[in-house]
Amino acid sequence: MRVKAKRDLLSLGACLLLYAIIQLLIEVDVIGQFWVLNIVLIGINIILGVSLNLINGFTGQFSIGHAGFMAVGAYVGAVMTVKLHLPFIVAILAGAAGAGILGFAIGLPTLRLSGDYLAIATLGLGEIIRITILNIPYVGGASGLMGIPRLTNFTWVFFATVFTVFFIKNFINSSHGRACISVRENEIAAEAMGVDTTKYKVMAFTIGAAFAGVAGALFAHYFYIVHPASFTFMKSFDLLTIVVLGGLGSITGSITAAILLTFVSAALAGYPEMRMVIYSLMLIGLMLFRPQGLFGNKEISLKFFNRLKGGSPRDAA
Amino acid sequence: MSKKWLSLISMVLAIGMVAVLAVGCGGPAKTDSTEIKIGGDFEITGGVANFGKSTVNGIQLAFKEVNAKGGILGKKIVLVLADNKSEPSEAANAITKLITQDKVVTVLGPVASSNVLAASQIAIDNKIPLLTATATASKVTVGDDGKVKDYIFRACFIDPFQGEVMANFAAKSLKVKTAAIYVDNASDYSKGLAQVFEEKFIKNGGQIVAREAFLAKDTDFKSALTKMKASNPDVIFIPAYYQEVGLIVKQARELGMNTPMIGTDGWDSPKVVEIAGAAALNNTFFSNHYSPEDKDPHVTSFVEAYKKEYGQVPDALAALGYDAALMLIDAIKRANSAEPAKIKDALAQTKNLQVSTGILTLDASHNPVKSAVVIELKDGKQTFKEKINP
Repeated sequence: MRVKAKRDLLSLGACLLLYAIIQLLIEVDVIGQFWVLNIVLIGINIILGVSLNLINGFTGQFSIGHAGFMAVGAYVGAVMTVKLHLPFIVAILAGAAGAGILGFAIGLPTLRLSGDYLAIATLGLGEIIRITILNIPYVGGASGLMGIPRLTNFTWVFFATVFTVFFIKNFINSSHGRACISVRENEIAAEAMGVDTTKYKVMAFTIGAAFAGVAGALFAHYFYIVHPASFTFMKSFDLLTIVVLGGLGSITGSITAAILLTFVSAALAGYPEMRMVIYSLMLIGLMLFRPQGLFGNKEISLKFFNRLKGGSPRDAA
Repeated sequence: MSKKWLSLISMVLAIGMVAVLAVGCGGPAKTDSTEIKIGGDFEITGGVANFGKSTVNGIQLAFKEVNAKGGILGKKIVLVLADNKSEPSEAANAITKLITQDKVVTVLGPVASSNVLAASQIAIDNKIPLLTATATASKVTVGDDGKVKDYIFRACFIDPFQGEVMANFAAKSLKVKTAAIYVDNASDYSKGLAQVFEEKFIKNGGQIVAREAFLAKDTDFKSALTKMKASNPDVIFIPAYYQEVGLIVKQARELGMNTPMIGTDGWDSPKVVEIAGAAALNNTFFSNHYSPEDKDPHVTSFVEAYKKEYGQVPDALAALGYDAALMLIDAIKRANSAEPAKIKDALAQTKNLQVSTGILTLDASHNPVKSAVVIELKDGKQTFKEKINP
């Protein structure tokens, strides 16, 4: 346990160092506004990807309504700052709570379904959330909620991302997380061993939804406007793509895929006609050659790099 | 499962960020002194891609014409396009790229009001003028505090204006005294238009005898129409989109109502004819930005040039894109400079400019004052009825 904590601290240190470097580069204007925007998007996509991976990859429940929870977080967060004039941190927490509560309420009945049936149900739920928002005049309805201050910056996104990754990693390594994985591996066997499968499915679903809410609140406060058009099922598929491309059940995979996809989309912005074609070709190619995703269900780590060098896994600090 | 992956997480992050950086640094485009770069933040893919495409075609036609005549200030004017996938956050992303990477002096676009609103704050922060050809929501150029946004302009009239146009048309051209209003309660567009129409129609000495409402995606309108029929209006105003309009007109005719029906630019789609049938649509009129049938020489020469270039008749969005480009070209000429701040000042003073859809003057809120056209549907064909000046 102590070793684990030490490693966590070490990683946290590395994150802080990375933060310092990037923040410095932003300060001295080496990274232009466009790339700052995309780094922020990368962070938001990592939060979304990793939280969806908890549901789809680790617990094995095929959900494709993640954009709906993001929308709830975005709208609840925006209402907190725009209408109620509360501080940003309250908006983020409220976004997480709103999406989490909804995730719980929705998860309870729908998680009795499995496989394709669950996929269709979550797809429908994502759309219901969007259409509901579309018809609430208080949050602007079809014209979207405007006048949101830009409170999100690189610092907020970076630490929210690090927190999300640490939280979900530690959750998976806890006994609850292992119960979730057992549900994925074999639900009947898990139940026979005394794992309350419904409880763990709902738990994973709620946590995943709550973090999607965090991402939504960050998203809303970066782009000045939240609009139902940002949370269509296409957005859910984008997130699913991140998870599947990175590897179902690999946090590092989701992180890599989020970085890669956001980056490719940004780099191709200058070729509007070809952008979606190249993007899609890349996905097809990757799926042909690595159907299990970039990392499968493995994680890359220092140990992994040591093994590459031929060193013993124990050497790694 | 490995316990060390946290370190590696940071590593992956680092690799990704460094890669981003590498490209980020290599990115900024060189400024070519023989070119004036104009950004185009448009819906090239996604839900309203057909609108984006038409607008871009119109702009490119105007740029091509001006370049063929030697450009402006001795320089060629070029459009740098970026796709916003018909989504507000991507519109912000695209405009940031255009301004910071491509160093454009002005941005044209996007088409949808929500996308313009997302992009506008970034234009304001960077002090780069943003000129939208087509966004009709009144909030686009005026902030929540009621102040006009310095750097944001548009080339089309705003929604309420069409309500006024149709109220005048009903009173003066159709010479009717009583009207019924059938409004789509799910749409701000529809509600706003209905309100303006009612005010103006009453001001013109008319009377509103019935006011019914429906919701977008409704399919049965007969009970409301029957009620309306009982109050016997001279005209029915339906400010809505083509899907419902088609059904309403069809069902009204089936009920034996032969009153003229009038509407706004939401009617502008071939779908209306498909749904209602050509015969039912006789004696209906709607307002629009322009009509390709208009015999004004400026319209005909634009339509000719567009047909030659793209092999199709330009729709209203293409005409508006063309007009926006003309506005910008005119502003750069008058400013005698391609500096964003000077272009902004010149744009704000746009006055009596001849564009394809009429003569255009920007008012104090950066909204154009210009004429609208009324189109009559005759046997399913859109025919130019008249031009109404403000």
